[in-house]
Amino acid sequence: MNNPVLRVQDLAVNFISHTGGLLRRKERILRAVNGISFELHASETIGIVGESGSGKSTLARAILGLIKPNRGRVMWLGENLTELEEEALRQKRKEIQIVFQDPIASLNPRMTAGDIISEPLWTFYPNMARLQVEERTRGMMKMVGLLPNQINRYPHEFSGGQCQRIGIARALVLNPRLVVCDEPVSALDVSIQAQIINLLKDLQKKLGLALIFVAHDLSVVKHISDRVMVMYMGCNMEVSQREALYRRPLHPYTSALMKSVPIPDPKLAAEARQDSWLTGDMPSPYEPPKGCIFHTRCPYKVKRCEADVPALRRMEHGDWVACHRAEDLDLSI
Amino acid sequence: MALLEVRDLRVQFETPEGVVQAVNGIDFHLESGETLAIVGESGAGKSQLVMAIMGLLAENGSASGAADFKGQDLMQMPQKELNKIRGREIAMIFQDPMTSLNPFLTIEKQMTEVVMHHQGLGKHEARGHAVEMLRAVRIPDPEERVKQYPHEYSGGMRQRVMIAMGLLCEPDLLIADEPSTALDVTVQAQIMQLVGELRDKSNMSMILITHDLAVVAEICDRIIVMYAGEMVEAGTVDDIFYRPRHPYTQGLLASVPRLDRLADDELHTIPGNPPNLLDLPSGCRFRDRCSLAREVCFEAPPLQVQDDGCMSRCFIDMNSGEFLPVQSNSDEDNTGEDSM
Repeated sequence: MNNPVLRVQDLAVNFISHTGGLLRRKERILRAVNGISFELHASETIGIVGESGSGKSTLARAILGLIKPNRGRVMWLGENLTELEEEALRQKRKEIQIVFQDPIASLNPRMTAGDIISEPLWTFYPNMARLQVEERTRGMMKMVGLLPNQINRYPHEFSGGQCQRIGIARALVLNPRLVVCDEPVSALDVSIQAQIINLLKDLQKKLGLALIFVAHDLSVVKHISDRVMVMYMGCNMEVSQREALYRRPLHPYTSALMKSVPIPDPKLAAEARQDSWLTGDMPSPYEPPKGCIFHTRCPYKVKRCEADVPALRRMEHGDWVACHRAEDLDLSI
Repeated sequence: MALLEVRDLRVQFETPEGVVQAVNGIDFHLESGETLAIVGESGAGKSQLVMAIMGLLAENGSASGAADFKGQDLMQMPQKELNKIRGREIAMIFQDPMTSLNPFLTIEKQMTEVVMHHQGLGKHEARGHAVEMLRAVRIPDPEERVKQYPHEYSGGMRQRVMIAMGLLCEPDLLIADEPSTALDVTVQAQIMQLVGELRDKSNMSMILITHDLAVVAEICDRIIVMYAGEMVEAGTVDDIFYRPRHPYTQGLLASVPRLDRLADDELHTIPGNPPNLLDLPSGCRFRDRCSLAREVCFEAPPLQVQDDGCMSRCFIDMNSGEFLPVQSNSDEDNTGEDSM
């Protein structure tokens, strides 16, 4: 394969909060993203999956430069984005765009669909002819499945799914090469989710985009990802090719996530429940467990998991996992 | 006698743009110990339906019809009477556990208030009761946790607190509006299982409202599918999942992304968007999104009802899967030939 367009290396983001009042001020560190590395090629989609609090959105924002990472590098076409000055980073946004989770809250209610979609053009190409901007905006609307004659409508006149289409058009209007989608469908109805996933997939194929698709549900990313990365409490648990991951997950956490996806079939659902689910809640992120970060909820833990942090390592067939027992566990579905 | 019987329930809202008919004549009944799921997209009217039953509509909303709970019509009941039933005999769990709890009060305060009000328990007794309930929903270390504030709980634990509060007075009917939608899939599974277990223990009835059929597959007895304010299909859980009749139900089921299916690139979708309630299409409301729609669908489709209570609002025959023969408008002769 040719060179990756994006190479994330040992990326870490800490949030610091204070407790204990003015005099006995204590600092607490929350490691939201804790040493994440992965690569992404042109025309490739990586799905990033984890529960809330796993750091997946923070990771997405750090890649875009919306949050300054504490450590690590984000190499975009050979350039380290984390070291760029503000203006240089701003110019990179032509190439890297984002689609947000809440389709309605992420659109300005006082702007028309046309204004929203064309705003990036005015920002980056202030001298562009008005007619040209309008033509491009209408073209984008058509591309994402909106009617170009809706150009003067306001967000409240659109449904949730249509608002997300506006968000996608806005992200694509500058012809980016990488689009980061932060839970783009989790606020939508099931029937509309499928529309948006198919749309993103089509556009990705058509435009040769690299796509990062963040979700909390493995079933949603299944249809769109080439590879899937599973995060837990800021750490990378597994990165696998899609086919392999859904056939035989390497990490017990991946397997647990898969088992918790609801099945729309009463008999199969009852059978699936015989398998134990993930119990308990995620531990406090201020006091993460020692050793393997997942050991407090892992049904397969052994003594070693409580003491040694498992490194992310490459398995024979090329997928990555951070589990001491990856070789002797068979988590096939 | 059914525990709850709803007849011809209608809800409308006065808005600056005009009158919105959110629920358009819904009938259903619920036996004791039974669990009913009401499924539909946003805007289908499923939440407003139960809000109307509970007398909780927004100020610009009004409702008509009947909702007989143990023989008494909730819709005609004065506010004071209703207050005795709400929380005590009918409890409700809302979608968002973050905003349904008061951030300024401890969990203990919020939980004991309910039983002290409805059952006249003393503070001490009420506290014991609250701790017991927290234990039942598997909050670890409930004696200590009860003293904490909502922000000290995770999302899943907050929803468990909501369930515990709902169950405090041992209601006969629990209404849960998307109880697991705001939660992670992992927690969602736990919550639905917990709700099912508690129901089995207490023999209460339940109404579950959801937009995701998969979530209720295991837990409900019967399902009503709503679309744009109308009931489009009703049936037992097996009917809906294994023999869905209405094209909308079929589409809903097919668009659930599944792990146990191959990732055959295209996900099935229902094209288009739910209709604007201010500007409804004539005839079948699902017509514009239905791949099977014909000319006849410009007329209002009939509600077919079978002996076993299964219903479908469609021109497609529930049994044969063929379009019903076209009837001439004037006579009731339904042996007329299919002229399409």
